[in-house]
Amino acid sequence: MRFELMYESFFKIIEGIPLTLQVVSISTVLGLALAIIVALMRISGRKSMSIPAYYFVYLIRGTPLLLQLYFVYYGLGQFSFIRESILWPILKEPYWCGIITLTISTGAYSSEIIRGGILSVSKNFIEASGALGLNKIKTFLLITLPITVRQALPAYGNELILMVKASSLISIITLMEITGIARTIISKTYAPVEIFLVAGSIYLIINFIIVLAVGLAERKLGTVKAN
Amino acid sequence: MFEVFSFGSSGWGDEMLMGALMTVLVSASSLLLGILIGIIFAACKLSNIFILKIIANTYTTIIRGIPELLVIYLLFFGGSGAVMYIAKIFGYDGYIELNAFTIGTIAVGAISGAYSTEVIRGAVNSVHKGQFEAGKTLGLSGYGLYGRVIFPQVARIALPGIGNVWQITLKDTALISVTGLVEIMRQSRIAAGSTHEPFIFYTAAIILYLVITRLSNILFDKAEDTYSKGFISKGAL
Repeated sequence: MRFELMYESFFKIIEGIPLTLQVVSISTVLGLALAIIVALMRISGRKSMSIPAYYFVYLIRGTPLLLQLYFVYYGLGQFSFIRESILWPILKEPYWCGIITLTISTGAYSSEIIRGGILSVSKNFIEASGALGLNKIKTFLLITLPITVRQALPAYGNELILMVKASSLISIITLMEITGIARTIISKTYAPVEIFLVAGSIYLIINFIIVLAVGLAERKLGTVKAN
Repeated sequence: MFEVFSFGSSGWGDEMLMGALMTVLVSASSLLLGILIGIIFAACKLSNIFILKIIANTYTTIIRGIPELLVIYLLFFGGSGAVMYIAKIFGYDGYIELNAFTIGTIAVGAISGAYSTEVIRGAVNSVHKGQFEAGKTLGLSGYGLYGRVIFPQVARIALPGIGNVWQITLKDTALISVTGLVEIMRQSRIAAGSTHEPFIFYTAAIILYLVITRLSNILFDKAEDTYSKGFISKGAL
């Protein structure tokens, strides 16, 4: 074990934390919005809405994230109409390609979590709120949504951890976040075990904080844990 | 547009299919290694020995908490070194280099093993206590009890979970393309680079993955039906 190297590389690797957290949080927020739309489309009962949503989720869940990333980063840039479009300043940046891919990915996975949460809301509650004279929108916002959040929270916590892990892939398209910096140091010093321990611990700490935060939120909202 | 997928030396059709075969092979060997690891660590987690529990919990926490890519880098850059270190203890001093397939299998197998551990542990827990007691009453222990009575039941209950692990494993093998193993991902990168048609080749890769996923779903569903014969219905137990 080269402890001095571990100590030095620790300070280099933590410089990647802001980028990791930034990419994760932006894509999580955008992805959540996407997930709600997709989930509502799937349970809308209208085939023209639910079928595209179903295939979108199927496509994303059935293919590796790395492939999706390559598709967005390398695949889309092949066409001149995309290179000439107003979207090109965004699509040529690895940073935004990473965010777009992660957003789409978490959007598909979380839409299933949200759908499960919405479906777990008892019909009796909806009927009761109708009987109390609440309209559809109010029922959704005041009854369905709070219960959904409560039910979906444990699974969504897992999704957040998966997002932190998934964000490491953007290092492959040249972004220097935690894994990217770790890889560079490994190929320079050839000390894979030491760097793995340092970078791995940083990820474990980030994920541990997420677990604690979600646990706290669960307790506050009174989520009933399934046994 | 499709001439790039012709077979033979002029197109990439056969190369892409070979890549798909490699993906299936490396996923299958990783899954098997993962199940083996899963059985060992599930046994550790279910044992009453404190230190074994700690080891197994540390393993699953680490694998589930850090990116797969880091695990792959660790084994890719450190795998040969570790093997040579162990070989030195046994008196072998030569240079050993592991090929990309072996490293990939070990890396993805180690990741897959963490998920299999949880699936197998859950399956063992869901076998009714009476089965253990009945086995013991019949005078069985060790292999007789676990191999002949408990394992067949665990296998049946664990099958849907293993099906999920297979999907995860299949997708994780895309990551070992960074170590140079020519599977779907790597092959489509090579083809995209040499033809300047990334869109077509990544689309082809997407289709290949979806086809493999679909086919394996059908196989797992069939297997579940076969092993659930004689039971009331799926999920009733």
